Amino acid sequence: MMEIVLNVLSWILLSAGGVFVLIGGIGALRMPNLYTRMHAASVTDTMGAALVLLGVMLQAGLTLASIKLGAILLFLLITSPTASYALASAALLAGIKPDAGRAADETRGP
Amino acid sequence: MTVLFGIFLLTLLVITAVAIVHTRNLFVAVMLLGIFSLLIAINFFILDAADVALTEAAVGAGISTVLFLGALALTTERERLGTQHRWLSLVVVTSATLVLLYATFDKPLFGDPDAPVHQHVAPWYLEKTPEYIDIPNVVTAVLASFRGYDTLGEVFVVFTAGIGVMFLLSAHSGGPGRRKREASGIGLREHLIPRVVGRLLVPFILLFGLYVQFHGDFGPGGGFQAGALIAAAFILYALVEGEDRTLAALPQNALNALMVCGALLYGGVGLAGIVLGSSFLDYSVLSADPVAGQHLGIILIEAGVGMTVTGVLLSIFHAFAARDRI
Amino acid sequence: MYYAVTIALLVTMALALARALMGPTVYDRVLAVNMFGTKTVLLFSVIAFLSGRPDFLDLALAYALINFIGVLAVLEFFRSRAAKRVAEEGENSPRDGAAER
Repeated sequence: MMEIVLNVLSWILLSAGGVFVLIGGIGALRMPNLYTRMHAASVTDTMGAALVLLGVMLQAGLTLASIKLGAILLFLLITSPTASYALASAALLAGIKPDAGRAADETRGP
Repeated sequence: MTVLFGIFLLTLLVITAVAIVHTRNLFVAVMLLGIFSLLIAINFFILDAADVALTEAAVGAGISTVLFLGALALTTERERLGTQHRWLSLVVVTSATLVLLYATFDKPLFGDPDAPVHQHVAPWYLEKTPEYIDIPNVVTAVLASFRGYDTLGEVFVVFTAGIGVMFLLSAHSGGPGRRKREASGIGLREHLIPRVVGRLLVPFILLFGLYVQFHGDFGPGGGFQAGALIAAAFILYALVEGEDRTLAALPQNALNALMVCGALLYGGVGLAGIVLGSSFLDYSVLSADPVAGQHLGIILIEAGVGMTVTGVLLSIFHAFAARDRI
Repeated sequence: MYYAVTIALLVTMALALARALMGPTVYDRVLAVNMFGTKTVLLFSVIAFLSGRPDFLDLALAYALINFIGVLAVLEFFRSRAAKRVAEEGENSPRDGAAER
């Protein structure tokens, strides 16, 4: 009984994580501006990673592998938003303006 | 299903390779090389070659990107236009490709169980490792003990590369005293968040590097990967705190000592085999029990490899970063 | 069950590669490489379980740490290049030295 619940929960988490990851990929490709792409990529990155890793942790049970997965999740939660912050502030300091227009980012570049 | 994943990843690899060659902006090429290394690492991982995948991901996608960027900072960003001998080189490359393709028809099929490597070499290693060396990771056993001489050559190649880079890059006009750009901020010091997170992560990366070093007997790991991870930890510290404080933490003398002592340790273990009455790089005589001797030998030489790789990578990084100052 | 997630991850990696090839500014490419890196970490974790080898999770952990360092190194490269450009333009006469770099 517990097995079935764990499996179903794990399947839900993995599928939701996969959906978030795909949405992030499509967003990074189709958004018009650098900052909107950054927003799509980083938010869905962290959320999708958390869901996928939690889903795999449920499958792993209470073993060393779960602790390693927990460590990976912790490091991703700490470093992925920091990397996005660093990238956004570097882009802003280099002079790329957060316009939403399509032509805005074709003419600019460091 | 693995084959489908492999084919998909190899297609992405070909697209990336074509883009790398096609672009003239070297910075774009460096970024795409990072993706290239990752794709290859995933391919290795799918084929169950975990040690190689770890080394490729750590060295190729991490350290190599940093070193390439350091080199780009010293030179220009646009590639110069090519030479005039286009048709000759096209003919040479095409004929070499055709010869190689023709030669692959003689190889056994991928994963064929009747291939010679699966009949003679691999079963021998898989049978003899529990008997002679008794560690779970056969790759480390082959690398460190059965083919220890080759790994000795690899360590000395890394050492020579380090010395070569330091010779080439240490001849600069200004000494370390000219700090013209102190005011513009060294490292990411003016950004608080990456600095805090970076300083928080450095001890964990060091600890993980040590874990990978000593866990190489039981899982994917070993000296090369551990050296790359420990060097990456120091590079992170240098990025967020500035190169001066990193040199204060681990000075160049210590890096030189690490490089030299790592290679000497490896050679010394080999010579200890001769001194104790057996042949070069025979670890069985290092202890009363041959299997315990093998364990001791493997730990010592992996430590030697890790020390040399750390010293060399950090020396190359500091050589680039110090050259960058006017 | 794992196959669906693996396929989603591989498709997203292809999309990230497309952004890296297309991106007009260099920051787009850095974003794409960062995204590719985190997807690689997830792919390593999922495939390690798919093939029944949980020992391979060390690779995912190692790469999660190294990806961060790579992105910070790239940003530091930009910052120092921009600072150098400002310093050069400050000390040179108004000459078009920007094309050299």
